[in-house]
Amino acid sequence: MLWALLWERLRGMVAGAAFLHFRKLKGNSTMRNSIVLSVFATALFAHLAIAQNEVRIGMITTLSGPAGYLGEDVRDGFQLAVDEENGKLGGIPVRTLVEDDGLKPGQGKEIANRFLGTEKVKVLTGFIFSNVLAAVAPDAFEAGAFVISPNAGPSNFAGKDCNKLYFVTSWQNDAVFEAAGQNATNLGKKRGYVLAPNYQAGKDAIAGFKRFFKGEIVGETYTRLDQTDFGPEMAQIRAANPDAVFQFHPGGLGITFIKQYVQAGLQDTPMFVGGSGLDRRILTAVGQAAQGVNITSQWNADFDNPASRAFVAAFETKYKRVPDSYASQGYDTARLLASALKAVHGDLSNSDSLRQALLKADFVSVRGAFRFARNQHPIQDLYALRAMKDASGALDIKTIGKVLSDHTDAYGAACNL
Amino acid sequence: MLALEQILNGLQFGVMLFLLSAGLTLVFGVMGLLNLAQGSLYMIGAYAAAYAGARTGSFIAGILAGITAAAAVGMLTEYLVLRRLYSRSHLDQVLATYGLILFFNEGITILFGRQPLYVDIPASLNGAIQLATGLSYSTYRLVIIAVGLLVGIGLYVLIGHTRLGMLVRAGATHREILRAMGTRIRLIYTIVFGLGALLAGLAGAMAGPVSAVQVGMGEQILILTFVVVIIGGLGSVRGAVLGAILVGVVDTLTRVYLPVLLKTLMSNASADAIGGGLSSMGVYLLMALVLLCRPRGLLAGSV
Amino acid sequence: MSQPSVGGASIGQWSAAGMIDGRRRTGIVAIGALVVLIALPWIAASSGHAALTLLVTRMMIYGLAAVSLDLILGIGGMISFGHAAYFGLGAYVVGILAYHSGAGEPMFGVLPGSNLVVIAWPAALIISALVALVLGALCLRTEGVSFIMITLAFAQVLYFFFVSLKFYGGDDGLILRGRNVVSEYDLRNPILFYYICFGLLAAFVATCRRLLDSRFGQIVQGACQNERRMAAIGVSTYRYKLACFTIAGGAAGLAGALMANYARFVSPDLMHWTESGQLMVMVVLGGVGTLFGPILGAILVVGLETTLTSLTEHWKFILGPVLVLAVLFTRGGLWRLLTGQSRAFNQ
Repeated sequence: MLWALLWERLRGMVAGAAFLHFRKLKGNSTMRNSIVLSVFATALFAHLAIAQNEVRIGMITTLSGPAGYLGEDVRDGFQLAVDEENGKLGGIPVRTLVEDDGLKPGQGKEIANRFLGTEKVKVLTGFIFSNVLAAVAPDAFEAGAFVISPNAGPSNFAGKDCNKLYFVTSWQNDAVFEAAGQNATNLGKKRGYVLAPNYQAGKDAIAGFKRFFKGEIVGETYTRLDQTDFGPEMAQIRAANPDAVFQFHPGGLGITFIKQYVQAGLQDTPMFVGGSGLDRRILTAVGQAAQGVNITSQWNADFDNPASRAFVAAFETKYKRVPDSYASQGYDTARLLASALKAVHGDLSNSDSLRQALLKADFVSVRGAFRFARNQHPIQDLYALRAMKDASGALDIKTIGKVLSDHTDAYGAACNL
Repeated sequence: MLALEQILNGLQFGVMLFLLSAGLTLVFGVMGLLNLAQGSLYMIGAYAAAYAGARTGSFIAGILAGITAAAAVGMLTEYLVLRRLYSRSHLDQVLATYGLILFFNEGITILFGRQPLYVDIPASLNGAIQLATGLSYSTYRLVIIAVGLLVGIGLYVLIGHTRLGMLVRAGATHREILRAMGTRIRLIYTIVFGLGALLAGLAGAMAGPVSAVQVGMGEQILILTFVVVIIGGLGSVRGAVLGAILVGVVDTLTRVYLPVLLKTLMSNASADAIGGGLSSMGVYLLMALVLLCRPRGLLAGSV
Repeated sequence: MSQPSVGGASIGQWSAAGMIDGRRRTGIVAIGALVVLIALPWIAASSGHAALTLLVTRMMIYGLAAVSLDLILGIGGMISFGHAAYFGLGAYVVGILAYHSGAGEPMFGVLPGSNLVVIAWPAALIISALVALVLGALCLRTEGVSFIMITLAFAQVLYFFFVSLKFYGGDDGLILRGRNVVSEYDLRNPILFYYICFGLLAAFVATCRRLLDSRFGQIVQGACQNERRMAAIGVSTYRYKLACFTIAGGAAGLAGALMANYARFVSPDLMHWTESGQLMVMVVLGGVGTLFGPILGAILVVGLETTLTSLTEHWKFILGPVLVLAVLFTRGGLWRLLTGQSRAFNQ
């Protein structure tokens, strides 16, 4: 974005200089030259002046690779809120700088350095994956910038590493998986096999499921984030003979996993996933193989409250697709920011007042009840969903019922805020 | 029974590796070209198959499209770029083909975007076959193994019993003389390269349903392909067979059983991480070992 | 086995006049570059682009790694596809030492961590050099394509080893709390850090030049050009090549230490074979065997990557063919373009 701006300015300057030079060659009129020069100068500085009043928000998100659509959803949801206010949030003009971290912590760090250093951004958001978040957050805190994560919620930042500048609007990573464990228990399952990729969020997922699942864990496998063939894992599952399989594989990994699960003939064993394990994109890609999968999430497109219905309608109109929960998380993040920016009148210089404004969470969330716990993570309800055929025979994700109410996370006690 | 199933998984993986490495080793043996872009041809085959399969609804059409696209792109690239590299140093070859990788990866991104494509197994091949009591194995994966066998037999016949095969064998051992034989040789080179590209495309097209078709899928499997070729011996197709089976089975078995072993010693997450790391290392250590004992590979010298 | 062509100019091709002219151009370009690099932080600060200092720091770190690769690739004729392993290893040494110093608990219960430059950087250099010695001793028993592949293999082994080290972050990498310290100077000052990187780069290039002029250097270059001839006159090229390999590994490790300080983040990605590929691209685009060329190559590649990413996300679509064309039609890279020389300038 900034480069485009600079490029325009440069072009303007070069054009202006060339124009002046040409003029000089033709002869006189220093008067005309100085007018032209001052016009260019004014345009230049006017640009600068306008630029300085708006609030810059840095969005570091995953837009490429198999999980790229998660970042796209968060970005689109966020942007919807900004567009609804015509480029403003809470009445304050904002400019969102969006860049792709490619699921690489190092890349995210580079982008953050640029946002925090050159662009002087004071609010970072967009984080999808916990490993990128973990690499960027310390730099943000050091620069005094706020981190508002719309998706990733690793456990350490909910507990001992919590920070005044750190907010999460989605959930603490374990939450939807704790709900999955509760869901499996409610449905009477006794032998669970659990799988997730071997990184912080994967480990949090399995830990969360185990915390609320009252049955026996007959197998626990950690896969790789770049894995495309789960044949060996399917064989292990079959050998362990569970009555419930819990897996957490975001994005494209989930698509591959569910397809190969059915290909391996395991579809009679019910699968339990958190919201990101079976979203609408995965459903479209997987098709019938997803039937019967149990999902737990904090939001679904068929929620009945006014804010949610308005959001779904607006999103469908603008983007021609039904929003996933990531989009709702992006939207809620923008609405939260809007409420806070309005409260501080767009003045980010006092981080304490901004923090207090954010903590109030004085906005209407599409998921209904929403408030922050002391560790600045959400306290919210969690629901059981299932992929099943609707009236027309097409597969859809339907809300079944509430699983956990006013749920908070297990790490808040360790936080000193 | 679980072990048997995992061995079959290893064989299936080995077949994929064989299809890719056969082309690689042939091209090196006959033309002396180290081609890093073989993985890109694999990717092109996968994408063409996914696209054609989705448009026509026919899996066979997808496979044919994948094969054709990879062979066409391969031969075109050979004609435009690669034939200038035959007499150049390996460094130049490595760098030029590395540049091709960048080009193809971005090209596919521009054409198809960054989201992976998902290919379905055709209904006729879906499901499993009961091989023995307690061992049912995915039909599709069995088909892959069968295809690999067929290709292996086909190559054996081609190389051992046809004129083209005669030239390939000659090229593997007496390249200079072959070059001195005249202009027809250029056509042979292009055909050999096309064959290698075709096999890579076939591997990619078949890989679609069992993995995700995404940019960079070629590089993931390329490194292992080189390991196979080095272990088997550059220029030797038989070596590629041996190497592929070795690498496929070793990789799969260590990936599965090493963590199991380690889980008795440490936590699950650590066991899987270290096990994963060690098993990935294992294949490379195997290659290093082979190179130190038999610097030219296990079956070098025989095509 | 085919010998790598590394620029291809032999002594006979230069006329006396051409050589003098080449030397003058080389001198001008070299001194010009030196002046620009020394003055850069001042230029950057006064024009309001403080980030430029950071960018050029990164270019110089990669430049150091690239020059070390040129030592074995261009001068020694050894095509190592695993050079990034030493780069990453040096970075990890610094990272692990910093981790233990920050966490307060010693390594294996015995070795304390350290945040000091005077301990961490030599450690990175020495450990990388030692590993290069061991691995080089094994790899140099092969040659040609096998050498390329075996260096690649060992680099991948190291990569997967560090990926599996969950304790030090594994795939997610290790975050460094700050930069190393030299007595009371914290290297967080970007300008101080810039000059340190510049100083080390200049020192290394000067060392390489001295090496090339020495008997050691002559033997290595001779081994590159014609190994049989060297053996015929009774020189054991293996030992000299190994020494060369070790020195290059150590220098790459030092570059890695600098990178760890620069990014305050280390991850196994630093050792991935694609990083090795990138280093080779820098060497070739800059000019194989010229020692100065790879610095230009590093500047070019890092610069392209940074500027082009903001113009088009598909910049690699252009870089790919550019690389192919550069390989096919140029010999001697950028350095040759600027100075007419295609070898290190005392030849």
